[in-house]
Amino acid sequence: MLNDRLTIAGREFTSRLFVGTGKYKDFAETKKAIEASGADVVTVAVRRVNITDRSKENLLDYLDPKKYTILPNTAGCYNVQDALRYARLARAAGVSDLIKLEVLGDERTLFPDTVGLIEAAKILVKEGFIVLPYTNDDPIVAQKLVDIGCPAVMPLAAPIGSGLGIRNPYNLKIIMEMVKVPIIVDAGVGTASDAAFAMELGADAVLMNTAIAGAQDPIAMAEAMKYAVHAGRLAYKAGRIPRKLYATASSPIEGML
Amino acid sequence: MTEAIQIQVNGEQRSCRADTTVGDLLRELAIKTERVAVELNLEIMDRKNFDHRSLKQGDRVEILSFIGGGAPVGVQGKRRGFVHAE
Repeated sequence: MLNDRLTIAGREFTSRLFVGTGKYKDFAETKKAIEASGADVVTVAVRRVNITDRSKENLLDYLDPKKYTILPNTAGCYNVQDALRYARLARAAGVSDLIKLEVLGDERTLFPDTVGLIEAAKILVKEGFIVLPYTNDDPIVAQKLVDIGCPAVMPLAAPIGSGLGIRNPYNLKIIMEMVKVPIIVDAGVGTASDAAFAMELGADAVLMNTAIAGAQDPIAMAEAMKYAVHAGRLAYKAGRIPRKLYATASSPIEGML
Repeated sequence: MTEAIQIQVNGEQRSCRADTTVGDLLRELAIKTERVAVELNLEIMDRKNFDHRSLKQGDRVEILSFIGGGAPVGVQGKRRGFVHAE
């Protein structure tokens, strides 16, 4: 498994766990949790600088962009125009052309507006962005996003922050079989077994934020997620035994009294 | 003496000298120019122009940078009371 690297748009990643940086107590905790997770890719949001209280520190003072791949998102955008605006601002802020594209459809579920997502993705791909779209567990939409030029797709496991785990493993599996780009299961993971399950299904990576940041001990959970993603990946590569209804003895009958 | 102009920075009214550039404004606010994006009247600026563009009366400046984020904070907890499925 030494060379089991994930490649997206020519970029290589060692860790298959992507983590968000929201909802932590402070930047120090964010940094510790991210270190414990072993993640290479960290997502960030783009927001107004606090101009009245300049004592507020910058997140990137804690997360060295040389060490981590910073993946800005368009979180909080409910229409194409806002998503484009935030994506362009993220690029102007000078990290890279990477963007985690979110066009949300509804505040209560935070489900993606896949019509708006496809429209925004088309425009951003044309503008040279590397678009990683947060999408529904819909294989047809996932394929459309790939056809547009997205180098990976990020279907949800469950609503953002819900911790419900993998709600539709069959659709995710179909996406993994149909779509020939890396699949990053994004959103909805609650605990380590959910992450392992996603990887066992054949996901190329898992992205999470709340499951770690919202845990009672975020740093311990970050470490748990690191192992879960690794274990799930190993199990997937190893190839599990088929499910059978009845027992198959492990010990030989031969030589019994 | 240069006259003062009124501008809006991140939604707040502010006055500055008429010859202030965007770069001057950032320095005045103690904001490092790397890792910020500046939008001037809804147009994203190239950072190379920060020191060349003087602010004008009524300009609207937005200064943005990266903050912690994965996904927006859901409202389900606030609005309905979250019911766990298990």
